[in-house]
Amino acid sequence: MSTTEPLTVIEPDGGVNGYDPGLTEDELLHCYRSMLAVRLFDELCLKLQRSGRIGFSIPNEGIEATQVGAASALRKSDWIFPSYRDFGMALYHGVSPVEMMHNMFGNAADSAKGRQMPVHFSFVEPIRFYSISSPIGTHIPQAVGAAYAAKLRGEDTVMLASFGDGGTSSLGFHSGLNFAAVWKAPVVFLCQNNGYAISCTVEEQTASDGFAIKAQAYGMPGVVVDGNDLFAVRKVVSEAVERARTGGGPTLVEAKTFRMGGHSTSDDPRSYVPAELFESWRAKDPIPRFEKYLAGAGLLTSDTRANLEKEVRAEIQDAARQAEATAKPGLETIFSDVYATLPEHLRRQGQEAFDLAARKGDAAAGGGEFPL
Amino acid sequence: MPTLTLLQAINDGLKTSMREDDSVLLFGEDVGKKGGVFLVSEGIQAEFGKERCFDSPLSEDGIIGTAIGMAMNGLRPIAEIQFQDFIFPAFDQIVSEAAKLRYRSGGQYTAPMVIRTPYGGGIRGGLYHSQSGEAYFCHTPGLKVVVPSTPHDAKGLLIASIQDPDPVLFLEPKALYRAVKGEVPEGSYTVDLTSLRVVREGEGVTVFCYGAMVPVCEAAAKEAEKNGIDCHIVDLRTLYPLDEEGVIEAAKRTGRVVVVHEAPRFCGYGGEISAMIAESAIEYMEAPIRRVTGFDTPFPNTLEHHYLPDKRRVLDAVEFVHNY
Ligand SMILES: Cc1ncc(C[n+]2csc(CCOP(=O)(O)OP(=O)(O)O)c2C)c(N)n1
Repeated sequence: MSTTEPLTVIEPDGGVNGYDPGLTEDELLHCYRSMLAVRLFDELCLKLQRSGRIGFSIPNEGIEATQVGAASALRKSDWIFPSYRDFGMALYHGVSPVEMMHNMFGNAADSAKGRQMPVHFSFVEPIRFYSISSPIGTHIPQAVGAAYAAKLRGEDTVMLASFGDGGTSSLGFHSGLNFAAVWKAPVVFLCQNNGYAISCTVEEQTASDGFAIKAQAYGMPGVVVDGNDLFAVRKVVSEAVERARTGGGPTLVEAKTFRMGGHSTSDDPRSYVPAELFESWRAKDPIPRFEKYLAGAGLLTSDTRANLEKEVRAEIQDAARQAEATAKPGLETIFSDVYATLPEHLRRQGQEAFDLAARKGDAAAGGGEFPL
Repeated sequence: MPTLTLLQAINDGLKTSMREDDSVLLFGEDVGKKGGVFLVSEGIQAEFGKERCFDSPLSEDGIIGTAIGMAMNGLRPIAEIQFQDFIFPAFDQIVSEAAKLRYRSGGQYTAPMVIRTPYGGGIRGGLYHSQSGEAYFCHTPGLKVVVPSTPHDAKGLLIASIQDPDPVLFLEPKALYRAVKGEVPEGSYTVDLTSLRVVREGEGVTVFCYGAMVPVCEAAAKEAEKNGIDCHIVDLRTLYPLDEEGVIEAAKRTGRVVVVHEAPRFCGYGGEISAMIAESAIEYMEAPIRRVTGFDTPFPNTLEHHYLPDKRRVLDAVEFVHNY
């Protein structure tokens, strides 16, 4: 049941050969707006990092159609187990740019209280966007367990677990897929094959003919899709979600796309990505491709595009301004949430930290009574 | 003698060993073309080729498991784990396998290999790019654990680790990669794998530390000196097996002890040092032993400078044991 030729819907000229995405005009424009938001959010984060205002970011350019196409196949009651390169899944489902910026700045309003690195988001509203963990692949079996729980209670929730090509070498990938297939768990595994795991090529990662084919051995369908084609991703992931929701078990989807930048702001890809590869993928940019479709459908003109971009850019810039102006987390956040109830030894350590800050005149930390 | 950063000294140690011994090879995630995410292995693939320096798939378990196989069959692998925080998928291979192979086979099979990995805070890496996991590994008989803090020691300890007949976990203080510089001899030399380094002689308070905490303690000692407190700083550098006699001697010297590490306090390495001194030298102690450590919490991001022991916290402990 595996295919190695990626499914494509949107032609380079925007034609779709009669394909009906099953989306209203508003929904189509929402997809477009979400992709644009990823691009602009990403762009601004790179600028903020370069100017030293945030510590780190992860380029998302080029992956927008995979993120938004997959997210658009989910209901709000479904869960996303994201990778760190999934801005679009959050934005599509209505996480606001400012909530994301709070994380990028690690401030007091960050849902993770400034404890995690930037791009390690965690949200429960408006959709479950599971807390991102740096150790690759750890979330894959967790998604399967969460799916099992939903199934056990008779809920029709579906879990989407997203990871990179490198993630397929992790222990979590292998145990996750195996368990999911044995349990017929309602999970969709989305492997974003973006060409590289930091500097490691796909050929150095696996000797398989791609990644979808791995599904076969685990006993589930594997499908390859053009990851720069919003409709193709939406179609394939929707089918997988439907199968999971109706008791058909898991699917592995491989979205073929390309990371149009470094691995992170700490990485210079020029030492290992040939310039021609960037050029050839630049021509397959998912955003202009979708724009051509929208223009052909009479939903986008250069004027409406310019206005939309202006509006989204302003929203994102304003989000960054708000987040930058928000205070840093208080010293007590080092000690809270380790356990449900603060243990005595941590209360003591917290008090020591406060006392020392007061004694040594550390203005940033405050001082006085430890509040927890 | 050339002056190198800690990072350059490690690179030099790798190249020196690989030139000296054809059975030495280096592999791990991104160590080849890119030269490692911190560029520690820059130029190594170019010099030694893809068979002796290469990128592995993204599996720490695979990296360490295959390194054990190479080691038992005549190679001297150096396996890089990109961040110490990502070593845990390989915990089984390290703790159950590499460390126990010699013992369980009655010495028939061995795993002479080095696991290099950057550890510790100071780069705003949050929970998973900052941890100091030495205590997990120092609790593992059969494994050696090494942490350099100077370029000279980094190269000498690395070469000694590569030549050692047993598996060595070589923890690299990433905060010091480019922050410290020092003279490093050219060519091959080793630093004894069970040896301390006296960083600074003093008679007032003995400070035990290692890795990235060494310069922090040196800065605190300078401050303390202004207040008339003379610190004796010992860099433990080979955490396991440890020069225990050297520790006891240094503790007796002043009768006042501070132990500093980044890792959480509870069951941390400092507990072992304190217990050792309590067992063998308690009658020499003029003050309670003080530990300055990370808090017993996961490693935060924005507030990492409050989590990490700094000059202020070390000084506070030094003053406390001095004035006791
Ligand atoms: C267990 C583990 N090992 C190593 C790393 C370091 N690391 C971070 S991202 C990455 C590459 C991941 O590549 P891939 O899964 O393809 O995702 P992509 O970054 O391309 O989206 C590596 C090796 C990690 N985070 N976790």
